[in-house]
Amino acid sequence: MLKKKEKPAHRDVLPKSPTSIQGLDEITGGGLPKGRPTLVCGGAGCGKTLFAMEFLIRGALLHNEPGVFMSFEENEDELTANVGSLGFDLNNLVKRKLIWLEHIHVERGEIEQSGEYDLEGLFIRIHHAIESIGAKRVVLDTLESLFSGLPNPLILRSELRRLLHWLKLKGVTTVITAERGDGTLTRQGLEEYVSDCVILLDHRVTDQSSIRRLRIVKYRGSTHGTNEYPFLIDEDGFSVLPVTSLGLNYNSSLERISSGIPRLDTMLSGKGYFRGSTVLVSGTAGTGKTSMSAQFVESACIRKERVLFFTFEESASQLMRNMHSIGIHLEQWVDKGLLQFHATRPTLYGLETHLATSIRLINKFKPNIVVFDPINAFVMGDNKTEVKTMLLRLVDFLKMKRITAFFTNLTSVGEDMEMTDVYISSLIDTWLLLRDIEIGGERNRGLYVLKSRGMAHSNQIREFKLTNHGIELLDVYVGAGGVLTGSARLSQETKDDAEQLQRQQEIGRKQFGLERKREAMEAQIVVLRSEFEAEESEALKLIELEKTVNRHFSQDKEKMAKSRKSDDKIKMTGTKKKVNI
Amino acid sequence: MKARSVKAKSGGSKNGRQTTQSGKSDRWILRLYIAGQTSRGVTALNNLKIICEDQLKGKYKIEVIDLVKNPQLARDHQILAVPTLVRKLPLPTRNIIGDLSNTERVLVGLDLINPKTLRVTL
Repeated sequence: MLKKKEKPAHRDVLPKSPTSIQGLDEITGGGLPKGRPTLVCGGAGCGKTLFAMEFLIRGALLHNEPGVFMSFEENEDELTANVGSLGFDLNNLVKRKLIWLEHIHVERGEIEQSGEYDLEGLFIRIHHAIESIGAKRVVLDTLESLFSGLPNPLILRSELRRLLHWLKLKGVTTVITAERGDGTLTRQGLEEYVSDCVILLDHRVTDQSSIRRLRIVKYRGSTHGTNEYPFLIDEDGFSVLPVTSLGLNYNSSLERISSGIPRLDTMLSGKGYFRGSTVLVSGTAGTGKTSMSAQFVESACIRKERVLFFTFEESASQLMRNMHSIGIHLEQWVDKGLLQFHATRPTLYGLETHLATSIRLINKFKPNIVVFDPINAFVMGDNKTEVKTMLLRLVDFLKMKRITAFFTNLTSVGEDMEMTDVYISSLIDTWLLLRDIEIGGERNRGLYVLKSRGMAHSNQIREFKLTNHGIELLDVYVGAGGVLTGSARLSQETKDDAEQLQRQQEIGRKQFGLERKREAMEAQIVVLRSEFEAEESEALKLIELEKTVNRHFSQDKEKMAKSRKSDDKIKMTGTKKKVNI
Repeated sequence: MKARSVKAKSGGSKNGRQTTQSGKSDRWILRLYIAGQTSRGVTALNNLKIICEDQLKGKYKIEVIDLVKNPQLARDHQILAVPTLVRKLPLPTRNIIGDLSNTERVLVGLDLINPKTLRVTL
């Protein structure tokens, strides 16, 4: 089919013409082949004209490459109106000679053929258009209309071949659109003539939701993404989302951010979540998942971070109203432009489109934190695997951008708590579980950290309280009566307090008694001592007296012996000696 | 060669042909769009002149527009194929493309013969 030999791929050699259509340049490795024709084909209403138009407009505005739009289907006014609804002022561009719009009218039945003809008129018109504004880009939309308007397909085919060759010689980057045929890319087999680059647009409906996809069928001389990529057409035009090409090669951050609940931060080794991590809060209905996200959002906004809040169950105003009851006023952050809500029904469009929209919004708003409340809203019927894939891609994308993701997940009663509907637990870095604790005829909320990668987190269960000034975490009662929360905890605590008081009083009493005893004992000691002292002094006096008497006695004896002139001296000295010893 | 043989044939069937509504009109303006002095353009002009002399002698006017010289007119007049012959008058306008070598198709295109009678004579 292709007569030309395939040229070897030279990424550096093949010049490209950037489209600046969001995402397309990434998957084409820089844009469409410069100076060559590109075929864009697809069914009715798949966005071919818009694709071509955006290629021209963005080229004219961003790359200083004026463009010629030859429309075989819509006239100038219709085109201007159609593109105007997407925010492009075509009239202005035409006035500034950046865009040349030309309607080529072909209608069957008006033309009689006699003898051979050629399309020199078309050549002249294109040439004139290119020369008039110095165009570098040309769009032929939809070239195949010629076949319905002009007789003799054989001549047309050879003329189209000549036209494409001529455009290539002119060095203009051309986009040719064509309707998709039955089993072929185009009805008239244009892909035979345009062999450089073929892009297929597709618009299909699955489960009543439409998904637009783009695929590069062929890109000669260049590497390109080969997958089907979802794309969007919205008020900002065309955007392709190359989300499947992402790998696990993001850098992780060491920075920590507060969860907005001081005691939860403490539970997460004192500092809160990692920036860029994925946080999941799961729990049954009414356990406070949305309130937790609101608290997180508020603390982020106070730090002047930007937050994008996707809510799939409540409208933004309802959510903000409800948060007033716990003292969180999110309106102020919306007004300051730090917080943006996107409330959509999950059924609004298909998963791919949801993903695509989210990514586009994230790219546009550039948030630091993204909240999805709840993620399992996407699960409908049997699409769990698809939802998982979608979330996987979303998480990858967010990690790449270092955006902290906060997901909530509603667990149905009776389901395993430590499991999500969509089995994404393996993607989650920090998983908080909120659960009901039913004791003593009331329901209370408990929170614990199921897992938190990369930090020493608490293994404790905390009572989770929604107060009028936000969320509070309290210690649960862990004692002889088991784990208690709420009033049961309060009554148990009161009981405990009373018991403790009693015990303290008992101790006090005992101490007092002991003190008294000690005092009594000491008093006795004093008495005894004084008695003893009295006795002691008495005894000492007696001893002294005895000694004096004794001395006097011996002195008297000596005196007596002196007086008697006794010879008994030796005896005396001997006695004296003895006494001295 | 071709043109002449066709002309002979059309001449032969001339008497048996019904005069169409347009054929009765007495003022004809025919505009021929060509792109430069190409052989196909010249052929077309020659063929046209022969047909007009044969069918509309004295009541026709031929305008030749060279699109190479006036490219803007291709857009204004919505011309794609070359050569294109446009019957400006009598109204409604009619377009014929090609080098006009098939005289019968030209006559049908100009509404000078009824295509039904043409098929019968052929």
